[in-house]
Amino acid sequence: RHVGKMAERGSLEEMRSRVVLGEFGVRHVHTTDFPGSYPGYTDAWDPVTFRQGFHVDVTHMDEGLLEFDLVGIDAAIANAFRRILLAEVPTMAVEKVFVYNNTSIVQDEILAHRLGLIPIQADPRLFEYRSQGDEEGTEIDTLQFQLKIKCSRNPRAAKESSDPNELYINHKVYSRHMTWVPLGNQADLFPDACFRPVHDDILIAQLRPGQEIDVLMHCVKGIGKDHAKFSPVATASYRLLPDITLVQPIEGEAAEKLKKCFSPGVIEIQDIKGKKVARVANARLDTFSREIFRHEELKNMVRLARVRNHYIFSVESTGILPPDVLVSEAIRVLMGKCQRFLDELDSVPTD
Amino acid sequence: MAEEAERKPVLETVQAEGTDGNCVTFVLHDEDHTLGNSLRYMIMKNPEVEFCGYCITHPSESKINFRIQTRGGIPAVEPFRKGLTDLMDVCHHMLSTFEASVKEYKAQKETEMD
Repeated sequence: RHVGKMAERGSLEEMRSRVVLGEFGVRHVHTTDFPGSYPGYTDAWDPVTFRQGFHVDVTHMDEGLLEFDLVGIDAAIANAFRRILLAEVPTMAVEKVFVYNNTSIVQDEILAHRLGLIPIQADPRLFEYRSQGDEEGTEIDTLQFQLKIKCSRNPRAAKESSDPNELYINHKVYSRHMTWVPLGNQADLFPDACFRPVHDDILIAQLRPGQEIDVLMHCVKGIGKDHAKFSPVATASYRLLPDITLVQPIEGEAAEKLKKCFSPGVIEIQDIKGKKVARVANARLDTFSREIFRHEELKNMVRLARVRNHYIFSVESTGILPPDVLVSEAIRVLMGKCQRFLDELDSVPTD
Repeated sequence: MAEEAERKPVLETVQAEGTDGNCVTFVLHDEDHTLGNSLRYMIMKNPEVEFCGYCITHPSESKINFRIQTRGGIPAVEPFRKGLTDLMDVCHHMLSTFEASVKEYKAQKETEMD
């Protein structure tokens, strides 16, 4: 009976803390540790326990990509950050395009659509949202760019040449041809700032001699929820930390087979007294192809699971803001949402 | 008076007749699963709450119905407020821990480069 209870305790811990990947389904997906669900556990929210159990580890960071681990929070909150990173952290992007002349073969609206998708290197925290109903825009909420380019024939090209790079001048319109036109006092407010597209070499349109593009663009501050062009991340995603356990010791040929079923680096073969023994070296590297379930003799010897409160986040920025700044801004957005409702609750008693 | 009519509602409450504040449905405007699910988790962690759930009324409307039922005669607004405050505290702690971790990583990279 004592042994039975130990096994029970083990499976209870598994149910509370692991998401188990079975052959035909995933078990224990939902968070169940709420007060009253398990006898003997309190599970009530305790800030002290949370702070003790929570930590952040940055594994990789450069200008474009940030990978970090968030340990000790629930899926609801991790997902909230992912959603905010994708859709609610503001950026500046081209919204209105005033077309003065467009004789290229790219239609006005297609050109405007393409211009809107170009990421603009401008810190959105320096600007305000445009007020409702304001069509003109002021210097505090608008950035103006101009794209004025005309394609002409190259007089110095060789006679029989067929290479467009030689024959024509300015036949490819790149994002580097967009120039910032300061509005109002912006030139004084931002003397050192250089507002331009993040990338110089985005091909906007192609022209032939005689064709011209002359447009003025207004950039405003917006969020990804409104239009995906405002999303500051190339993508933000997370995965749960894999947890691979060998239920029984696996040796010899089976060990080699086991190693091939997982991503490289996950299973390590050790030589113990002449026998090859398999050992889980680094479960974090696995991508869970579930290849193990295709082998009858191996599928019951391994338990595939994920740790339910350990999130490996990957945030890739489009270049407007560094990814660590994006995560800080996302946390602030969630705080702002909570504060909004707290203020509303506090202001209601006037009724 | 005209100003009040133009202001968009942020939070409304719906309460059935006869119940005394123990079970209330809050209508949160301009919100979705982002705040809904995380707030639901924080409020469910409160032992005084008997029921907590949210739903999005219609995918075309951006508002959620958030229902709280309390166990022992506590007005439902209290766990709602506590949940919001707890979520704020979690965010504060996450922000400071994350920024410290980034700083540490950057410092470590500097020493490695030298």
